[in-house]
Amino acid sequence: MSSVTAVAERNVSVQHWAEPEHPDERPFIRKYIFSTDHKVIGSQFLFLSLFFLLVGGLLAMMMRWQLGYPGEPMPGGGILPETMAAGGILLPEFYNALVTMHGTFMIFFAIMPLLVGVFGNWLIPLHIGASDMAFPRLNMASFWTAVPAGMLMLVSFFVEGGAAGAGWTAYAPLSADPEYTGVSTGQQIWCVSLVVLGFSSLMGAVNYITTIVNMRAPGMGWFRLPLPIWALFITAILILLAIPVLAGAVILLLFDQTIGTSFFLPETGGEPLLWQHLFWYFGHPEVYILILPAFGIVSEVIANGARKPIFGYPAMVGAIVAIAFLGWLVWGHHMFQSGMNPLLGTSFMVSTMIIAVPSAIKVFNWLGTLWRGNIHFHVPMLNALAFVAMFVIGGLSGVFMASTPVDIYIHDTYFIVAHLHYVLFGGSLFAIFAGIYFWFPKFFGRMLNPTLGTIHFGLTFVFYNLVFFPMHNLGLGGMMRRLYDPNAYAYLEPLQPMNTFITVNAFLLGAAQLVFLVNFVWSLKGGKPAGPNPWNANTLEWTLPSPPPHGNFAAIPRVYRGPYEYSAPQVEADYWPQSEPPEPGQEPPVDYTVREALFSGDVPQPKDAPETKGSDG
Amino acid sequence: MEGMQVYNKKLGMWVFLLSEVMFFSGLIGAYIVLRFANPEQWTDAGVVLNVPLTAFNTFMLICSSVTMVKAFAAIEHGDQAGLRKWLIATVILGAAFVGIQVFEYIQLAGHGFVPMVDRYAAEGGPLYGATFYTLTGFHGAHVTIGVLCMIFTTVLAFRGRYTRDDYGGVEIMGLYWHFVDLVWIILFTIVYLI
Repeated sequence: MSSVTAVAERNVSVQHWAEPEHPDERPFIRKYIFSTDHKVIGSQFLFLSLFFLLVGGLLAMMMRWQLGYPGEPMPGGGILPETMAAGGILLPEFYNALVTMHGTFMIFFAIMPLLVGVFGNWLIPLHIGASDMAFPRLNMASFWTAVPAGMLMLVSFFVEGGAAGAGWTAYAPLSADPEYTGVSTGQQIWCVSLVVLGFSSLMGAVNYITTIVNMRAPGMGWFRLPLPIWALFITAILILLAIPVLAGAVILLLFDQTIGTSFFLPETGGEPLLWQHLFWYFGHPEVYILILPAFGIVSEVIANGARKPIFGYPAMVGAIVAIAFLGWLVWGHHMFQSGMNPLLGTSFMVSTMIIAVPSAIKVFNWLGTLWRGNIHFHVPMLNALAFVAMFVIGGLSGVFMASTPVDIYIHDTYFIVAHLHYVLFGGSLFAIFAGIYFWFPKFFGRMLNPTLGTIHFGLTFVFYNLVFFPMHNLGLGGMMRRLYDPNAYAYLEPLQPMNTFITVNAFLLGAAQLVFLVNFVWSLKGGKPAGPNPWNANTLEWTLPSPPPHGNFAAIPRVYRGPYEYSAPQVEADYWPQSEPPEPGQEPPVDYTVREALFSGDVPQPKDAPETKGSDG
Repeated sequence: MEGMQVYNKKLGMWVFLLSEVMFFSGLIGAYIVLRFANPEQWTDAGVVLNVPLTAFNTFMLICSSVTMVKAFAAIEHGDQAGLRKWLIATVILGAAFVGIQVFEYIQLAGHGFVPMVDRYAAEGGPLYGATFYTLTGFHGAHVTIGVLCMIFTTVLAFRGRYTRDDYGGVEIMGLYWHFVDLVWIILFTIVYLI
């Protein structure tokens, strides 16, 4: 199921990789710990963020226990200290910390570094044909700043008062005055940790932008960039401009908590709404930071799995840019309930709904790519297809919330929780799985086991939907998010069986991830050797051995065409590597330029429509 | 190699400065919101803050931008002595700016102009103090970091690190320095003068 049908191995005429002239003599600590090699840093981010994904998942399990079986002692809850659970029963204060830290870990320490840290580091230099990042030492600093930030966040569970409990959005004045949540030190650590992490993200963003702008191999024009690189480029710009706003706001919050200012405390003229504006001015671009790289990964995998050029490459790029731009104009849709001039609310509603247009362009282009493709259902492809389907559901429920009158009803209910998990889990996380299954062979030189991969995908897909789809109904039934005990309200009691159902499935969903864990760990050493190009893909990294050597390319490669020349009529095989020199008399493929794509609309068409090879449909 | 005709470090500095713009924009935006919501907490210009002293300080910072330009122009022509001379002048002016700001802080705090709500004793209200120290403090931190980097650049200049063909370090140092200067002109206007 996983293997791509046998197409005669191509003889890549130019060997691009570096033959090690003498063995790599860097000492262990420079090679694996304080390495400046983008590949090692990418792998470090992978291990770190998978660890935090696990932590975030465990926190979610504990919350689900409380919601499924409110007030019953949690199995194994006895090991928790008295400040967290009394006789195994989770305390409300600890539940607040769970809600807050689950969101914080998943967004800042799992999804964001997985997408940006892992794939940004691994793919950018390899995809554009560079030997490393523009600033390798800055890159190393970026990782080693993220580590203490994550550790601080973890440690905050064990300080007096426990971890931050004001939600990942840390709305003031709840977060600004320790009296309200009973958490003082934990909330301060939360602020410090996010500022430290912000530095890490900024260093990464500066690096990515500079590298992509300046270090593309000859022939790698903007419209020959693989879509993950476009997505990461735009994401890096969002990070660059959004993170400083968060840092500023968080520092003001920290001042309120520590030195006794009153920026967000209303008694002395502070403005709680100001926090919401600053936070969401960062927070909505952040949403796109968490999904744009996923778009890129999925585009890459779907074109490869369908053995067809991506449908509408310039439109795909344009949609990414449009989403990123519109993302700056919509932050107010998080605040419909906070008190806002109705006219302003309407304009936020309209700008939000406009985002559905570029999003739909992307979805239809993915479908257009699949149309009459010779689809290979390998594990990355399964995850990528799940991404498209789940993203459609998450995107459509987003339109519900964008509509002010509907949002007033479902605001702060489980409908929101369902929506955001459809986008972040069904969207981002499936794309991350697709990316890991797709590039694991390149990262570590070995294939992930396809049988285990398929089982993991199937279980995850089923249980994921069983967990999160019913949450829409909980929300419409009026169940508030971040609620400690649903049975505290008589009108929510009929929803208890549904909560228990969700909890059971959440545990099964968690258990299904063990399959991935086992597959991942075992395949690192025991997987089938991958060879340079297991997926018959076009981009530059597949011309290198797996894993690529230190320094990547022996000679900087030359790029002759775009990344999605699958089933091109000019060549016999169904793929056409970007760096393979054209043969004499060979018709060059469709090539977009910025000018043609943007202004003339007169994009050259190939003589034959790209009929896929070996197509059976 | 495809790319802009700008070397990596310079492009990286420009990109970094964009994020700095957003950082200060966020803080200045917060300042505007708080001030419009609480006009009674602010006083007329010059009542609490020492405008003449800070105007002099502003003048010095602008002069330090001029000396930075002179240093850059010197190394463009391979003039090592000029580079060193003007870098030292920039360091002195920058350090003097920070020194005067610290002196100003001490003076103001002596009058009860502090960021804390419960210890505020000057005219106006505590948000005046809090926003003042936040905005000028973050700028001062940027100048301080700039002075430290400038000292580092000067040491390298004395070791002959920069030449007529290789003066990127001086150029990106200058970019940062001019940016910090520019931010101050905006802050001086909205915090002290308006």
